[in-house]
Amino acid sequence: MAKKRVVVVGGGLAGLSSTMKLAELGIEVDLISLTPVKRSHSVCAQGGINSCNDQTRQLGDDEWKHFDDTVYGGDFLNHQPPVKEMAYWAPKVIDLMDRLGVPFNRTGEGFIDRRRFGGTLYKRTAFAGATTGQQLLYALDEQVRRREAEGMVRKFEFWDFLGPIQDASGRCRGVVAQDMVSMEIRAFPADAVVVATGGCGLVYGRSTMSVFCTGSAASRCFQAGAKYANGEFIQVHPTAIPGSDKLRLMSESARGEGGRVWVPRKPHDSRAPRDIPDSERYYFLEERYPEYGNLVPRDIATREIFDICVNDGLSVDPERMCVYLDLTHIPKAELDRKLGGILEIYEKFQGVDPRVEPMRIFPAVHYSMGGLWADYVRSHDGGLEPGAPRNHMTNIEGLYAIGECDYHYHGANRLGANSLLSCIFTGLFTGPSISNYIESQSEGFEDVEASVLSDAVSKQQQRHDHLLSANPDSDENPYLIHQELGDVMTRAATVVRKNDQLQNAIATVNELHERAMKVNLSDTGSWSNQNVIFAKSLQDMFPIAKTILQGALQRDECRGAHFKPNFQKPSLTAEDPAERRRQAEEWCDAFEANNAKYLKSTIAEYDCSTMQPKLSYEDVDTSLIPPRPRLYGLVGADIIEEVWKERAKAKKDGRDLAESTS
Amino acid sequence: MIALDPAEKKRPEFIKVRVKRQDGPGKDPYWQLFQIKYEPELNIISVLQRIAALATTSDGKKVAPVAWDCGCLEEVCGSCTMQINGRVRQSCSALVDRLLEENDDELVLEPMSKFPVIRDLIVDRKRLFRALQRVKAWVPVDSYYDMGSGERQLRSTQEQNYPLSQCMSCGCCLDACPQYGKIELEQREGESDEAFQARELEAFDEGFVGPHAISQAMLFNNHPTGKALAGERLDALTGPGGIQVCGNAQNCVSVCPKEIPLTTSIARAGRATTVHMIKKWFDR
Repeated sequence: MAKKRVVVVGGGLAGLSSTMKLAELGIEVDLISLTPVKRSHSVCAQGGINSCNDQTRQLGDDEWKHFDDTVYGGDFLNHQPPVKEMAYWAPKVIDLMDRLGVPFNRTGEGFIDRRRFGGTLYKRTAFAGATTGQQLLYALDEQVRRREAEGMVRKFEFWDFLGPIQDASGRCRGVVAQDMVSMEIRAFPADAVVVATGGCGLVYGRSTMSVFCTGSAASRCFQAGAKYANGEFIQVHPTAIPGSDKLRLMSESARGEGGRVWVPRKPHDSRAPRDIPDSERYYFLEERYPEYGNLVPRDIATREIFDICVNDGLSVDPERMCVYLDLTHIPKAELDRKLGGILEIYEKFQGVDPRVEPMRIFPAVHYSMGGLWADYVRSHDGGLEPGAPRNHMTNIEGLYAIGECDYHYHGANRLGANSLLSCIFTGLFTGPSISNYIESQSEGFEDVEASVLSDAVSKQQQRHDHLLSANPDSDENPYLIHQELGDVMTRAATVVRKNDQLQNAIATVNELHERAMKVNLSDTGSWSNQNVIFAKSLQDMFPIAKTILQGALQRDECRGAHFKPNFQKPSLTAEDPAERRRQAEEWCDAFEANNAKYLKSTIAEYDCSTMQPKLSYEDVDTSLIPPRPRLYGLVGADIIEEVWKERAKAKKDGRDLAESTS
Repeated sequence: MIALDPAEKKRPEFIKVRVKRQDGPGKDPYWQLFQIKYEPELNIISVLQRIAALATTSDGKKVAPVAWDCGCLEEVCGSCTMQINGRVRQSCSALVDRLLEENDDELVLEPMSKFPVIRDLIVDRKRLFRALQRVKAWVPVDSYYDMGSGERQLRSTQEQNYPLSQCMSCGCCLDACPQYGKIELEQREGESDEAFQARELEAFDEGFVGPHAISQAMLFNNHPTGKALAGERLDALTGPGGIQVCGNAQNCVSVCPKEIPLTTSIARAGRATTVHMIKKWFDR
């Protein structure tokens, strides 16, 4: 049997689970990563990983409800078959991670302990202290090291992926990558390529993401012809610690374990928080959302915190916007056992003990729901067809996208503790699909024409050499342009979006892009030149930034993380029951009309000659759970829900009747 | 820990930063002095970011930006280890206001001392990861198929294992260990990359395995399935460069940013290897 080889780009949860699964299937893997894989950004995930479990099942939970919570939380922009498949795999994924040695917290009897996370009423989330991502990543890293020792995996760490290699038919035959130490550029031929390179937070300058999360790898695929979908859906996490180099995440698990968000009712009350009596504290999430309280979905918590600071002027600190996240009512021993890791981060970086004093937090860019467009094959029962070669393949044949860098699973807003699941699930699930794809091909990695490889390498070498020498008289500095890009993006395309601001931002980003193409590097050397690596990733941030802005501009609605106040559906105002009912009917009409227009994935294709994305729209597969309004906290939600249910029933009865008479 | 009172914070106008630089492996190191504007709440990462953006020394000379390694910036990835004011630590959690309390004259940044310098503050820590392979730091599961859950585990076992599992391979313990010597080889003329790599791994495998790897061996020997390789791990720890090299200086535990009980692991490993060797002797 001929040897098979896959290149996996990225060594986070998705890349590592893919690598270990492929190795198990007898496929050799070249694993390419910007950093030693054990240091990938997945280590930053804190709170946990979701699945329905024995305990929640007995309270009425099941996989279907996990699936339902995920698409409802995602405002129905998620294609449903992949989500369904993931929810049904979730318990199995956690079992596997348990077998691999992840030290999940335990109950007194020795079962895996669970906590509650946002957007659900069940305790689905398994966790390992408050460093769950780190612990999951280490377990996968260990398995990949084991496969490395067996000779199935070769790691190329401190290598930068520069682009896919395509043959004349357009099929992906490998990648070009650059050694960040020696600056050597070389080709890695492969039977198939998996891109698992995470999110693009650095497009916003500062975010909760690691410095590697530039989005440049996805952008390089995008510029090579891969489609990029739902770019405008960027999750802003409600609770982060503001910092000058990074906005450090404060996990949702702080609220899952009972943390309460509040501000003093009196603006800029100068008393110490512990001296402010309960009656003078405004627990705004609990008051506005009695059912979910502090655990409303992220997009909602973020907007409320933003609103309370920006519009209500109730920020705790008059100079820097923030609210209190308070854990001080919880016993210290319990906090240390369940949240130790994140409390240490706060203590280390802020110099304040959050067990004694409430934390000061503010929202920060956190996750990209959108990403490379990836295909799937729907099974007869509405899930994914196991082993189908097209599962997670991009529109470039042989190029797969998994993990945060694809656009599936999370729709318009991701639920907490679903990302670790989607990353590991896609890595495992796509193994047999990739294997079957390779089986179906007549030519393998050893048959790629030499000229295909050398042409791809020389194209990248030219780009590299050009950057080092082309602009001796320019005074454009890549680091300063990056700061400007981050400022523009953060102002125009985070929590609140307005069309005039987006238009201005597009103009500015276009200018910045042109300037970024003319940067003058302060290091022109040929040995571990970080300057040129950064300059390339900066240039490659622009196609993504433009896609985010253009997608946001063209989407005149509110959906999940994408919020345009000018297109918000109003609360009901009438007191009279009949009038209120009429308003609810109108509201539902408007909701249906809006869905007909905007319940679609945004699909971007990049035109390298104009340096602009071109957008089109794709229908969303909502065949399993019909979309329904997301009514968290809306005035008149009860009556709207009633009207909506009547309509849904009428539709269903109509369908049933049609089926029975046909 | 109590927050610094803003009124008491020293607020110099500028901060001097002295950096030990090296252009590549085998090159001579040299010092350069940079100056940046003071801002409150800086950490060493933001200092280095400002130096990178400026790329100018304190006397106005244009230079190549200082190269350094970083990742998560919240002390969980282990990338940004360096010596700061003579002490090995993570640069992300090194807060400038606190460092200025220790030494208000200048900040001194140097690369780690026990690993070959690649450039400036970047070092090559391959050997650290190789040690994890030496002690087979993994659970030898049959497969990645769905086989149900793992064994139930007492909370006390989890609480013993979790701290060890938080090791982020930063290398602080190794840099501070008097028994951990630097291993730096040069590629010979005509030697292929593969041959050089093999020679390098061989050298690593003879050197001291290090406290981090000893601790990982104990972690996996305490796991219900991980135990299956307990004997092989103990063999590795009694071989060349094994636990007998430890001189019990206890520097490792005092510099560990995650406060991992490394010396407890070493003591456990010491007892386990002794029992293991006696058993092996009787089983002969």
